[in-house]
Amino acid sequence: MTDVLLFKDIDEPGLNTLAVYEARGGYTALRKALAMTPAAVLEQLEASGLRGRGGAGFQMGKKVSFLPKGAMSKYLVCNADESEPGTFKDRELMQKNPHMLIEGIAIASYAAGADRSFIYIRGEYVLPADILDAALAEASEAGYLGEDILGSEHSLSLVVHRGAGAYICGEETGLLDSLEGKRGNPRLKPPFPANQGLYQGPTLINNVETLSTVPAITLMGGAEYAKLGVQSSTGTKLVSVSGHVQRPGNYEIELGISSREIIFGLAGGPLPGREIKCWFPGGSSAPVLTPADLDVPYDFDSLAKAGSMLGSGAIIIVDDSTPIVELATKVAKFYRHES
Amino acid sequence: MSTMPSQRASGWDQAVDLEKEPALIPDDATTDVPAELRKSIEDAMARYPDSRSAAIPALHAAQQLHGWCSPEAIEQVACVMGVTPAYLDSVASFYDMLENHPVGRHSVYVCTNISCSLRGADALLESVLAQAGEDPDFNVRAFECLGACDIAPMASVDGVYVGPLELADVPQLLDDARAGRPVLPAKQLATRLVADPHANSQEFPAHAEESGRP
Repeated sequence: MTDVLLFKDIDEPGLNTLAVYEARGGYTALRKALAMTPAAVLEQLEASGLRGRGGAGFQMGKKVSFLPKGAMSKYLVCNADESEPGTFKDRELMQKNPHMLIEGIAIASYAAGADRSFIYIRGEYVLPADILDAALAEASEAGYLGEDILGSEHSLSLVVHRGAGAYICGEETGLLDSLEGKRGNPRLKPPFPANQGLYQGPTLINNVETLSTVPAITLMGGAEYAKLGVQSSTGTKLVSVSGHVQRPGNYEIELGISSREIIFGLAGGPLPGREIKCWFPGGSSAPVLTPADLDVPYDFDSLAKAGSMLGSGAIIIVDDSTPIVELATKVAKFYRHES
Repeated sequence: MSTMPSQRASGWDQAVDLEKEPALIPDDATTDVPAELRKSIEDAMARYPDSRSAAIPALHAAQQLHGWCSPEAIEQVACVMGVTPAYLDSVASFYDMLENHPVGRHSVYVCTNISCSLRGADALLESVLAQAGEDPDFNVRAFECLGACDIAPMASVDGVYVGPLELADVPQLLDDARAGRPVLPAKQLATRLVADPHANSQEFPAHAEESGRP
């Protein structure tokens, strides 16, 4: 592990405040971006190869480029409805470094030409939402949000919108309906949100971790970022490791390292006297892998080739004390309840 | 009330009363809305290009006042928002955190999803239910993944995340909630450090001491 972008000094006391965030270089990426043209900022995002960190793994830069050009109301929606079982990385980012997300939103909205933005955060995340609200007030006060940001012609409003508990609202079109004040039923696609999203307007939807990575890409440049990780999975990724491991928690890894290195090297491996029976590499929606798959590189394409998926980056370890039928029943019941 | 079955809109599990006149948008002149609630709903409506986006925040505010999304609560929100009670009922019945029945004022959501259940959540839920399931002050529920598998098994007590919980923690947890004290301060997620050993390039000793982490 060499590069720490998202978790750098994450536990520094007060990092969630503007003063400390600025002291360690916060909002310099936004200044840099606003001195560039939106097209040049977008170019860097595309060059980075950054793939969406929420589950689908779609190229972020490409997603931004799908928004129609021209003067019209466009929206940016940050998906903070972190609900895929086993996933808790966005919570850590929002609670400990909320300004990095706000800065990422400000830069991405500039690249996309969006002037209204929303963070849809799951209602259960009371503390992270309170922290985001406080950070939002500070950022507005300092002129990083609002009208003509830092003397540029870019204006952006931001609202932290709290959900009320529904797994399906993590799906982007269900999230949009919920944000419009309806039941969170998914919509049929097409039309895609880039054309008809929130309030039927062009909408860019990205995950918290994806947007939080944008300041780092802007500072280091897309090509430099793309040197991290492996060819089709660039950069670093937060993984949430849980279940039957010694050190459950969030880790920032370079994509492409072996899954064994994460599970044993970082998370300490199975509990004493136990062996791994199976593991979910990307949340409970991801097909289960076995101990024979532990040397699969942890990246989008290698996990797909192994028959599963990277998903949200939630690794759930199940040891030999667990009856598989009971586990499968539990997972199936969850999807029934949320369907 | 203990664990709820999955929630559906009325009309799904229970037949709609076809004899009743459909409810219209409540009349401002005849609907009594507490001033504070009206203000918080209007503030929420002002934050969005389309005021209907305020449905969840408005229902949440009404629930805080009334304890649940009662017909009276829905009526008041409908009046301020200018929508029908049926519309809000359809919203309220969709979301797990909006209550469609009277519940105890202290919520204890015990996560019973996969990672927590691998670490003993089922026994934890049973213990909480046995000690507070019939207590009218408590709203004990099995909840889907709360996004805190690093402290499994865990619970959200009046919105505060605590874990990893042992069965021996349950009496203290309930006492703290009942007394309005901070719940199990040493086990609150708020003070936990990131697990990744590479995350912090500096030492933050003062913070580390408060973390309660082994």
